Parts: sequence; C-alpha cells; structure tokens
Amino acid sequence: MSQTTQDLPGTGPAPAGPALPDANRKALRETKSTTPSLFRLLLRDKFACSGAVVLLAVLLTAIFGPALMGDLATKQNLLFANKAPFNPANGWEYFLGSDSLGRSVLARLVVATRTTLMVAVPAVAVAMIIGSLWGVWAGYHRGWRENVSMRLADIIMSFPSLLLAVVVLYVFSPSVANIVAILALTRIPIYLRTARAESAELQSRTFVDAARTFGARPNAIIGRHVIPVVIPTILTLATLEFCYVMLAESSLSFLGIGIQPPDVSWGLLVSQGRQYLQTAWWLSIFPGLAIVITAISANLLAAWLRIATDPSQRWRLAVPGRKKLITRIPAKESK
Amino acid sequence: MTMTATNEGTRRPGEPNRVVLRVAGLDVDIRTPSGEIRAVSGTGFVARAGQTLALLGESGCGKSMTAKAIAGLLDPVAHVSGGTVELDGKDLNRMSAKERRKVAGAELGIVFQDALTVLNPVYPVGVQLGEAFRIHRGLSAKAARKEAIALMKRVGIPEPESRVDAFPHQFSGGMRQRILIAMAVALSPKLLIADEPTTALDVTVQAQIMDLLRRLRQEENMAVVLITHDLAVVAEEADDVSVMYAGTVAEQGPVEQVFATPRHPYTKGLLESVPVDAERGSNLSSIPGSPPELKNIPAGCVYQDRCPLARELCRQERPVLREVAPGQQAACHFSELLATDETLEEIKS
Amino acid sequence: MTALLDRSHSGADVALEVHDVTKTFQVARSASGNNRLRALDGINLTVGRGETLGLVGESGCGKSTLARTLMLLEKPDSGTVAFEGQDPFGLKGKELLAWRRRVQMVFQDPFASLNARMTAGEIISEPWATHRSLYKTGREREARLHELLQLVGLRPSDAKKSPQEFSGGQRQRIGIARALALNPELIILDEPVSALDLSVQAQVLNLLNDLQQKLGVSYIFISHDLSVVRHVTDRVAVMYLGRIIETGTTEDVFERPLHPYTAALMSASPKLDAASRPAERIVLQGELPSPLDPPSGCRFRTRCWKAQDVCATQAPPRRTASEAGRVALPVPTLRGAAPAAHAAECHFPLEDPQDAGLRATAAGT
Repeated sequence: MSQTTQDLPGTGPAPAGPALPDANRKALRETKSTTPSLFRLLLRDKFACSGAVVLLAVLLTAIFGPALMGDLATKQNLLFANKAPFNPANGWEYFLGSDSLGRSVLARLVVATRTTLMVAVPAVAVAMIIGSLWGVWAGYHRGWRENVSMRLADIIMSFPSLLLAVVVLYVFSPSVANIVAILALTRIPIYLRTARAESAELQSRTFVDAARTFGARPNAIIGRHVIPVVIPTILTLATLEFCYVMLAESSLSFLGIGIQPPDVSWGLLVSQGRQYLQTAWWLSIFPGLAIVITAISANLLAAWLRIATDPSQRWRLAVPGRKKLITRIPAKESK
Repeated sequence: MTMTATNEGTRRPGEPNRVVLRVAGLDVDIRTPSGEIRAVSGTGFVARAGQTLALLGESGCGKSMTAKAIAGLLDPVAHVSGGTVELDGKDLNRMSAKERRKVAGAELGIVFQDALTVLNPVYPVGVQLGEAFRIHRGLSAKAARKEAIALMKRVGIPEPESRVDAFPHQFSGGMRQRILIAMAVALSPKLLIADEPTTALDVTVQAQIMDLLRRLRQEENMAVVLITHDLAVVAEEADDVSVMYAGTVAEQGPVEQVFATPRHPYTKGLLESVPVDAERGSNLSSIPGSPPELKNIPAGCVYQDRCPLARELCRQERPVLREVAPGQQAACHFSELLATDETLEEIKS
Repeated sequence: MTALLDRSHSGADVALEVHDVTKTFQVARSASGNNRLRALDGINLTVGRGETLGLVGESGCGKSTLARTLMLLEKPDSGTVAFEGQDPFGLKGKELLAWRRRVQMVFQDPFASLNARMTAGEIISEPWATHRSLYKTGREREARLHELLQLVGLRPSDAKKSPQEFSGGQRQRIGIARALALNPELIILDEPVSALDLSVQAQVLNLLNDLQQKLGVSYIFISHDLSVVRHVTDRVAVMYLGRIIETGTTEDVFERPLHPYTAALMSASPKLDAASRPAERIVLQGELPSPLDPPSGCRFRTRCWKAQDVCATQAPPRRTASEAGRVALPVPTLRGAAPAAHAAECHFPLEDPQDAGLRATAAGT
C-alpha cells in the first residue's frame, strides 16, 4: 500500500477520504476486513502459530540461554552421573537427566542450541541468497546463462555432499566458518534450481512482457516482478533446508569433522549419546527431539507462509471450517 | 454395426417436447471467508427432449454453478441448499450419492469448455472413451474399444481406427472437443449439458462443433442445456433461453420472443450493447457498472444498481419471475414499460 | 516473396509501415522432420495516423507473433518495421526508449497482464520508472496518475487498490491506462475485450473510441470477434497461416470479401440478427493445417472449396479488387489517409455478391 507514495516521492497521501461516496468507502472497509493482516492470520492458524512460537522459543534460547546456564553445561559432577530425567529430587538442572560425567543435559541442550543455529542459519542464509539470485538471473535470461548454470548445479549435486564436506573439512580445519561455507556451497543448487524454474516461468508472463514493452531493463524487471514472487517459495524452501542443514551438521559432527568438543551442537549430542542408548536413552532422545520439533515447526510455518505470502491464495486461510470441507467433497465422477 | 447393437435398448422413440429436466427453486451456497453466500438463488427452468435450452449470462452469474449443481459436480466449497432437480421425473437431490452416480452417469452427459483439462493426458483417448461402457455396461476392454471407435466415427473424427490409440495432446482443440462430446453422448443420455463448449475454439471450428451438437441432439432426441455468454450463439442454436443475472433468472422464454421483445432491462441492455451494424466510431450503448459481487447482492432487485429504470420499489422488494407474455417470464417490477420498441435510453426519458 | 507492398497510404499519413517481415521459430521436429515454424511469412501492412487497423484470423495464424514483433519482443528474421520512418531494430539506448514510448500495447488477459502484487497506481506508473525524464517530479507523476485514472473512468482512490479488487472490465481499464502512461502514438490492442463480459465489453470499446478521438492515437486492433472488429476498425487485414491474405476497408472486406477464407470466416461467425445470417452457412472442412508443414502453393487450398490444381503449385498473386474483375467502386478515403485499396491473395477470388452482372465475367476467367 505505502509503496505508491515511495514511488512518487514528495507527495502527501492521495486525497482518498472525503472525495469518496459513502457506498464506496463501505466497500473499501469490507475488503479490508476480509483480508486481515498476516499476524492475525497467523493467530487463526493453530498449527502455524504453534510452529512460530516454538521457533521463537528456540531463537530466544539460542540468544539468552547460554548466558543463563553459565558453566552448568561443562561442569562435571560425578555424584550426579547418569541421572534419569523427570526426577524433581535432583533439582531443575538435572530435570532432563545428566550424562556419564554428570553434566546437565538441559544445560548442554541450551548451549548446543546456539551452536546449531550459528551453523544452520548462516549456511541457509548464504546458500539462499546466492542460489536464488543466481537462479533468478539464469531463469530470466534463459539461453546459455541458464544452460551453464544448470550444468554447474548438476555437477555440485552429483557430488555426494557429505563426501565433499569430508574432503574439504579434512584438508582445511573443521571450524564453524568452514562448516558453514561447505554446507552453503553444497545447498546452493537447490535454491538455484527452484528459483530458475519459477523465474523462467515468470519471465514468460504477460505482465513481464508488458514491462519489456516500456523498455524496462532486465534487472529492474527481476527486482520488480520476479523476486517478489519467488521470495515466498524460497523462504518455504529455506525453512525446509534449515532442517536438512541441521541434520547435515550433526552428521559431520558425528564423523568428527563437524563441531569439535568441547563445543556442542544438537547433532553432536545425539551422536555422543548414541553409544549409551541402551542405558541412558535421554542423552540422545532429548537433542533428537529438539531437532525433530524444530524441524516440524519450521515445516508447519513454511507451509503456512507459502499460502499467506501469496495474495491470490491468502483468502484460503480465512475460510472458516476448512477441515469440514474436506469431508464434504462429493465423489466426483469423470462422466 | 456395433452402434445399433448397443443403442437398441436406449434409442427412444420420438417424443419431442417431453420434459426431460425440471429444475425448480434451486439454491446453491458457497462458503467464503465472510460466511456463506448464495451463488444461485431460486433458479428454475425446464429442458425438453430434442430442444436446446440456453442458460445465458455473464461470468459469475451462476450459470455454470447451476449446471454443476444439476450434474452433481459442485466444488467442495459449494452445496445445494434447496430446490429440486428432476431428471425424467426423478429428483436427483433426494438420491444417495451412489444412486445418483448410477442415474446421472448414464442419463446425463456433460461437455466442458476446456477439453485439455478434462481428458487425462496419460491414457489414450480410446481408453477414456471406452470407460463409460466398461463401467455402466460391463463391456470387456476389447468391446469397449470397438465402441470407442464407433463413437469417434460418429462425432466426425477422421481415421478413428488409427487414432483411437492416440493421446489427448495429439489432437487439435476442435478434435478434443469432439472427443469430449463423444464421451458425453456415449451412453445415449437423455440430457446433455454443454458448458461453453466452443468458447475456446475458433469461429470456423465453432461452427463445426455446433453443427455436430445439433445433429446429435436430433439423432438422440436429447434435451440440450447450452451454457454460454454469447448472444449470437443463443440466437442461432437455442429454442428457449433463461437469462441469468447475479444468481437468479432474470427472464426466460422462447429465444425469438425474448430477443425480439425483451421484458427485463438486463436482457434489453445486453441486446443493445451488441455491435450490430453500428456506425463505425459511434458509441455503443452499454450497461453501466459491473455485476454485483455475490457477497454484496443488494436487498430488493439484484439489478437495481445498473438499471436505468430502478425506482424506490426496486430497492425494497425483490421482483419474482412472473408471466409477462404468453410463454415468457421476467423478474422485473416494471417489465410492462419495456413492451415498446424504444431503447432503454428513450424509455428512461 | 512475391507479395507487393501494401501501398494503401501515401507516405505522409503513414504512422507504421511493415515491409516483408518474416519470423521463424525453432521448434521440436514435426512428423515430416521440419523444425522451423514460419510464424510470419512476408507480412506487409501500413497503419495510418489516427486510424484503426483490424487484424483478424484464427489462433495460430500469427497475429500475436506480429504484435509481439511490433512491440520488439521478437526480432524478425528479415523485413523492416518503420514507425514514422524509424526502424526500431537499428536503435539503441535513448533512441530505442524514445521509440518504445511511441508504440504501446494493451494485452488480452486483464488478469495475467497485471502483477497481482502491485497496486493499480504502481502498475500504471510503472513505465515512468524506466522513462524517468517524462515526468520528473513525484508531484507531476501523481497528477498524471490521477489524470490517467480519470481518463479511463476510474477514481483517484482506486490507485491504492490491488488488481484483485477490480472487476475484469476495470482491470482492462488499468491496462489501458498503463499503455497511455507514455503518451503513445500507436497502441496495439491484442484482443482487448475478448476476456470481458458483453455488457462491460461495450464500455471498454466506447472508452477506446473516446480515447482515439481525444488523443488521436492509431490502433492495431487484434480480435477474433468479427462483430467487434466491424464496429471499431477502419481497415481490416485477414491473416491465415502467417500471411495476410486480404486487406481493405472494413466495409469492403466484410461486405464484398475477395478471398474464400474471409468469406468463410464471415459466414461462420454467429449472428444475433436473423436477417444478417447467410442463407447457407459455409462450414469449412477440416482444421488449420500445422504451420510446421504449410500446404504448398496457396495455404488455404486444403480447406478451400474453390481449389484447383494451380493452387497447389503456385503461390497466389496479390490482386486488387479491380484486378480481380470487380466493378470499380468509388474507393473510400479514410480519415486523413490516401485511398485504401481492397486486395487479396487468391487465384480464384470470389465474385462480387453485390453485382450480379459481374458474375458471368468472373466465371469466364
């Protein structure tokens, strides 16, 4: 809405109010009430809303958690070794149990949250930005740019990404920056392909043709017409990729070339606890649950985001009794 | 030869003018973000054997929704909330879903506008054409294929023996529409609903398809419900017309009578806005505004906002469909004013 | 190509001149092994200033490719396009932008041609983001935006609404306003009303007519709806499989078609008025041949009831009505333009239905 005034700098708001007849103003108000704000829509959707709440909690934990935990995550206390969870007698720090060195699982989980996000978020962000810009550019121009880009993507994809990571991290040191870089590199083709496909489809749309007939430059058209449409898809993809990168990081950590102890990540916690699975299940299960719950929350939010950010689909979220509709589908006969 | 064998049981003796479809007081509701809205309200008409009834209206007037409600193919957000749909005296709305499929599948054929989306791209057309015979007549795959070839011949597809195994995308738009018609008439239905059957086609192909529909209607003595927005097609093809506006029937009657002496201002406005022999550069008379959104249908007459004759009465009371001339009904408080040769502009002043 | 230049206008009044334009697309191989689709094959046409030229034909005849070529969205293989004597395909930078400003387009689908994520105001003012020099200050643009909205019959407050909030007819008004934003001299209207309802169609046609009278723009009006074309155009060009097979004033082409295809097209289009329906409708056999494998000689011969051996071997010459043996009618003069000739590409042009005496002569040839 406000973009009109951005496009036309130096002007006040259009004289909307007084000139309008009453009936028209009423109609305007009605259109507003039928398409509520994103936030309100989110509140209406139970699943997406809980997903968002969980992700927010994870984020807050990553930011403030380690400070609150102090040295609890590394402090060893053999008196409290291998304590089972959910025993209030052990005090809140051992609520989720403890490992064989008597370290609090809860505290380690909280500290690991930060490490996990510090790898996953930048890796996803870097891959997303590079991959989607590249893809949009390749898809818009078609021709050799598209061919070269896609073959490059194929080459990266055909390389087993973990193997690539192993080689690279073995040669260079397995620092957080290197892990982020290698994870980002191997995931770029995913965004590249998706963005290319959407952009190639969009560049054949009539409104893009219309922009070409004014003589708008390709980059201007990409910025104005292609990127805003591609963003929701890419964001959805990125939330899904977030899960993948989290798991990839834990695989690397498991192989010993990811996060290095004494740093901990969720993946590393799972792999460290794996050998105690029979005797101390909580060591792997809780970090595993953290991964699963975060992944599901990201997925739920992604599914919602995809619809909510598309103006032509948004109304679907506002239809009351969506679930009832599914049961009402009559048997459709083809003839 | 195969044709006669299968058609013996269903070929009906000539009973022209027999009522095949009787729709009365049909209501269809749609669920939307702002609650239920009525997309079709109290629609009623009659289709007779061997004749064509046209449902004429602009997009969003409810004509397709009405057809889908008759065929039982409404989208999941819409449902029939009242009225009767009698096919050959049996009320389809009172039947169970299973019964209805059995009756409607055999006795009611439907042709859609866009053949490409209706045909399944992964099956040869022969298989899709034969499906009806396999389901409703229990024929073997081989016998069904034979029937499919006969059907293709009947709707004028050249070389049916070799093309029966071709896939939908290998046919042109006109040929695909013929295949769709063949599917619809496969079981010799009593009623054929054609939903904008030629809108996506070129005029020369449109003429061919209309010819085909006319021929099949006569051969089978079917009742045809032709849904269209094209006044000229209605004038050429239909016997009766129901003009729909905002989910209601505005006017109905024999085509020649309705088009010669329209008694609803909407019908008259439509007829006047067709560029017939109008002077180059002269202004066409047009209907101001656009149809109301279904969620904002005014109380009183649905046409009041665009009607040059609207008065206080129109804002308060919704006119009901009433006999305004022998065989012709209109839903207008002031349809008597229209019983002249003057244009709407002249009547207004 | 054998076609002569369509010299229906004297140079001074011509806005757009298209000479022998050919466009071939590379496509997947057809059954006969051909992979070159000749969408435009030696197109010649002229549009006079302030004139409306109708372009009719069935889908696949190349009318949309022609429109896209004129909008520089496609580059022709050969031939020239000149608007006021200037060939856009040799231009670059500022000059090219200036050319684009003079020729604009309104698209068929009012839903697909507007970006649903922008407001009406953003859509209409989009061209100014490229042509910054046209309206320099935001105030100027704002004023012009309101002016445009009013010109096409929308309210200034509509600028803030998104396309979904408008009906089809109102959306097409936005599309027209966008085309007008650069003050063009020629607007290509690609099926501008075919997606609209009848009652709204008349409003948009009236709007286009008013705009032409007010602004003096030329139109190329592409449509398959013959009743509309007849109402809005001064001259008509009929296309079939990438060629223009008949041109002439609208009245000539509609009332006295020379080419059998034109006659069949006129006859096949449904008519509201029973009196204007032909006693016997010409229903063409078969469908449009694939443009990948167009028939030899005359392209229409596979569906033509007058076709003879010569039609398969020789491409038909372009002949004017009088050359085709018709009585010379007073050639009408269109607004500010030179006499418009009526001509067709056919070996056996139709006799003049208006003149019974001519029939014997024509049959004799």
